[in-house]
Amino acid sequence: MKWLLVAIMVAATVLSDLLQSHEMKRAGEQSVGARGLARLLRAIVERSFLMMAIGCMEVSFFSFMALVRVEPLSFAVPASAASFVLETLLAKLVLRERIGIRRAAGALIVLAGVVLVGG
Amino acid sequence: MNSRLVKTYAILLLFIAQKAAGNLSLAWGMKRLPSNPGTNPLLYVRAMLDPFVAAGIAALILALLTRMVLLSLADLSFVLPVTAIGYAVAAFLGKIVLHETVTDRRWAGTLLICIGAALVGSTPRTTTAGEESA
Repeated sequence: MKWLLVAIMVAATVLSDLLQSHEMKRAGEQSVGARGLARLLRAIVERSFLMMAIGCMEVSFFSFMALVRVEPLSFAVPASAASFVLETLLAKLVLRERIGIRRAAGALIVLAGVVLVGG
Repeated sequence: MNSRLVKTYAILLLFIAQKAAGNLSLAWGMKRLPSNPGTNPLLYVRAMLDPFVAAGIAALILALLTRMVLLSLADLSFVLPVTAIGYAVAAFLGKIVLHETVTDRRWAGTLLICIGAALVGSTPRTTTAGEESA
């Protein structure tokens, strides 16, 4: 059951992050002040991909809630990072980000850390 | 350091703090529930009435908005590893506040996460906007 929850959480997270990154780049630089957050909320309502991203995030969130109920937080949180490799790969292929050796090496070290923490 | 880079890291720190507080409160609230909600969505909605679960959700919603702001400033492949510092914070809070068992293996993993995040943090935050703002 716990691995099914992790799988649902990862798939929903990957889709959500790709949609968010794509749309937030198009929306331009945002800020965290009251006016900035109001502008961000307006962008969310106006952009259907951001609404879809939030839908995916809800699926991911409820999977996470179910997971922390049956597993310790110190397992559930790192397990949610299993999306890491898939997202980094898709950032290069779909979002056309340039992932140099240093960034790729850093991401792999983080992944190794996540595997250790979750194992 | 230019101001946009400082802004990126300030928002990153804010996100990590909001996420850690949210996860901690949510985990604490969920563990206090009298029965396991299982797969019944209505029981999860009822769980949100617990003050710790509600506070956790509020903090995580703020963290979500803050992360979206971060994604407007930096690449997804930059944001993912640097925000992984939050996993180290979660392991630490799980141990200190929730009294969860954190083994040596998990601490070693936490150290690797911090090293990898620092390495990624030293790369340009964006590679798609036609500027390299390391």
